[in-house]
Amino acid sequence: MTIQSWLLLLAFLVVLFATVKPLGLYMAQLMEAPRWQPLARLEVGAFRLCGIGREEMSWRQYAPAVLVFSLVGFIVVYALQRLQFWLPLNPQLMPNVTADSSFNTAISFVTNTNWQGYGGEATMSYLTQMLGLGVQNFVSAAAGIAVVFALIRGFARHSVQTIGNFWADLYRTTVYLLLPLSFVLALVLVSQGVIQNFSAYQEVSTLEAVTYEAPKLDAAGQPVTDAAGNAVTETVATSTQTLPMGPAASQIAIKQLGTNGGGFFNVNSAHPFENPTPLSNFLELLAILLIPAALCYTFGKAVGDTRQGWAVLAAMTVIFVGAAIATMTFEQQGNPLLATPGVDQTASALQSGGNMEGKETRHGIGASALWATATTAASNGSVNSMHDSYTPLGGLVPMLLMQLGEVVFGGVGSGLYGMLVFALMAVFVAGLMIGRTPEYLGKKIEAFDMKMVSIAILMTPALVLLGTALAVTTTGGKATLFNPGAHGFSEALYAFSSAANNNGSAFAGLGANTPFYNGWLGVAMWFGRFAVIVPVLAIAGSLAAKKRLAQGPGTMPTHGPLFVGLLVGTVLLVAALTYVPALALGPAVEHLILWTGH
Amino acid sequence: MKSLLRPALSLFALLSVLTGLIYPLAVTGIGQLMFAQTANGSILAVDGRPVGSALIGQSFTAAQHFWGRPSATGPFPYNAAVSSGSNLGPLNPALAEAVKARLEALKAADPGNDNPVPVDLMTASGSGLDPDISLAAAYYQAPRVANARGLPVEQVRALIGQQAARPWLGILGEPRVNVLRLNLALDGREVQPLD
Repeated sequence: MTIQSWLLLLAFLVVLFATVKPLGLYMAQLMEAPRWQPLARLEVGAFRLCGIGREEMSWRQYAPAVLVFSLVGFIVVYALQRLQFWLPLNPQLMPNVTADSSFNTAISFVTNTNWQGYGGEATMSYLTQMLGLGVQNFVSAAAGIAVVFALIRGFARHSVQTIGNFWADLYRTTVYLLLPLSFVLALVLVSQGVIQNFSAYQEVSTLEAVTYEAPKLDAAGQPVTDAAGNAVTETVATSTQTLPMGPAASQIAIKQLGTNGGGFFNVNSAHPFENPTPLSNFLELLAILLIPAALCYTFGKAVGDTRQGWAVLAAMTVIFVGAAIATMTFEQQGNPLLATPGVDQTASALQSGGNMEGKETRHGIGASALWATATTAASNGSVNSMHDSYTPLGGLVPMLLMQLGEVVFGGVGSGLYGMLVFALMAVFVAGLMIGRTPEYLGKKIEAFDMKMVSIAILMTPALVLLGTALAVTTTGGKATLFNPGAHGFSEALYAFSSAANNNGSAFAGLGANTPFYNGWLGVAMWFGRFAVIVPVLAIAGSLAAKKRLAQGPGTMPTHGPLFVGLLVGTVLLVAALTYVPALALGPAVEHLILWTGH
Repeated sequence: MKSLLRPALSLFALLSVLTGLIYPLAVTGIGQLMFAQTANGSILAVDGRPVGSALIGQSFTAAQHFWGRPSATGPFPYNAAVSSGSNLGPLNPALAEAVKARLEALKAADPGNDNPVPVDLMTASGSGLDPDISLAAAYYQAPRVANARGLPVEQVRALIGQQAARPWLGILGEPRVNVLRLNLALDGREVQPLD
């Protein structure tokens, strides 16, 4: 790891932690109605218009509201893709998207996964990007934050049945938090070179002509074949380049802030129009973890003890820093197969060196590997380098971070509620060890709560492992694995880890735009989101109804290093017990072959 | 159910208008007012004619130009309409073969140059549109470019130095140079940003 990589990691953490308290305090206020009268009046008007009552909901009302709202989003995003050819703002005349791809993408954006089976600049009209995908970038993120607000209320309240009003939480998070942050970030990104316009794609004449082989077409536009039935190719020269255009910056700002990750372009934030400069890279990187980190403070504030929030944040940070150092180190080592005398992979003042396949020069190893860590620690899933071309262990770390259940920062809202579920598991394990009924924040954790915790924790591993097994044992799944051998297995494992944990990044060599992957990954994304949200809301309801116990001499403190260690241990242990065999078959085998087999 | 549908549909519509129409239009309006050049793709012009974007790489194969990173876009390199990386895994035989071919091509173009080739000239970028090469990759190519143009190599190296970008505060960004700008400067073309 180079000095620059160390400095980058340090600078990133310093800036991130500087934002935790102010943003966390701000978000704590969003859990209640605004105190500033003009906003409050506007809100009352908007709620009246939408038929939203003032009363709070029980968890049995809150959960259906989340589901119905998401279903509406699914239908709209699906319809926009299927009809885009006939709708406005389509200067490139993009055809309607296929049914299976639209199904996958609609689920993907509604569940805050933002897996891309499609290439943006060659598939989606500007209208679909804005009104379909862009809207979900906001509201799916807001829904995640709403759910964690509900869970926090479960801890903060006692002896009540209600956990908040979903519509109010959704509205306030979108309008007072995500919109203003995105607006500012989008404009800064435009200043750096991220495009924002509604022009048609532009042709420019290049300095040199490019010659290439292309299939020969007859007068009717059909490919010409020779006597043996093979396509005939001809040499073509072009001296123009078609530059894609569109309203990218507005989309990219929220896709980073809302831990969505679905790029405007095929290669996401590796694209120079999506992430043009080292500064844009730093800000987009910061935006990934900004809200998930600050929500920990919001949690501590709302339960009346900010140390509780810092403890959860500390547990996340410990795992994150370890993972970042590991990824940076493995990628900087480079690829031993390229280490012939003719190729220079060493870092110097003139180059970043390392494993540069699939990485951009301006980002080098440090900023690429740090991004890979942050985007998979959070369930963001945007990429600024191609994870498929990472070294085996450099690629293992992002995969493992997703498999931890997206609780190391995690998605906006979903990361914290996932981590709090693990906190319940941790106090339960500790309680078993000393033979006491477990408590967390004064709430007794009982059988119903632990059943819900178990469902929430076991749902995604079941989806990942069953899905991967299905992919590597069926022709539909195997057909579009891109790389041979163990790496092909890793592609399938990565895809289902990403989908079920609602991350959205990929080992992108996998041909994912097929009915098999569009369908099954869609299923994994849907249940990976909502089969966790419903038990989490059930826990929220159950906790809110409980009395608050006074602290006694037997209460385990949950704000010190002991608890942080216990929480980190629980998260790592559950993942290790679940995933070690699968990881051994993929990245581990590949690593051994790479470093000893030549 | 009915009590859910009305808020779900109407709040969805309200938030769609706010985040899906008003927000991107507002960003476009202000972006076009304040940062028109970058909002429209950072396009460079020579004599008023657009010759490319400062942010998007182009394919160079002539000896007198600096070459960029290998590009994995199809059907031809640096096809900006379909960005793509190679996605080749580290063990994929196709990667080793591609690197071997690239190494041979560079050696053939500059037989006297025995320096090791910087890795970024051997590996495809993530986007397939990388506008930059490392400074090491630029200095490696300087003798070939100087030779093809009949210039002293020091003059070419000085030009690289003028165009070079270095890490900001030693933290942000890598040592690199923009290939299109470097080649335009070599050709002695006067470049203006196009609004």
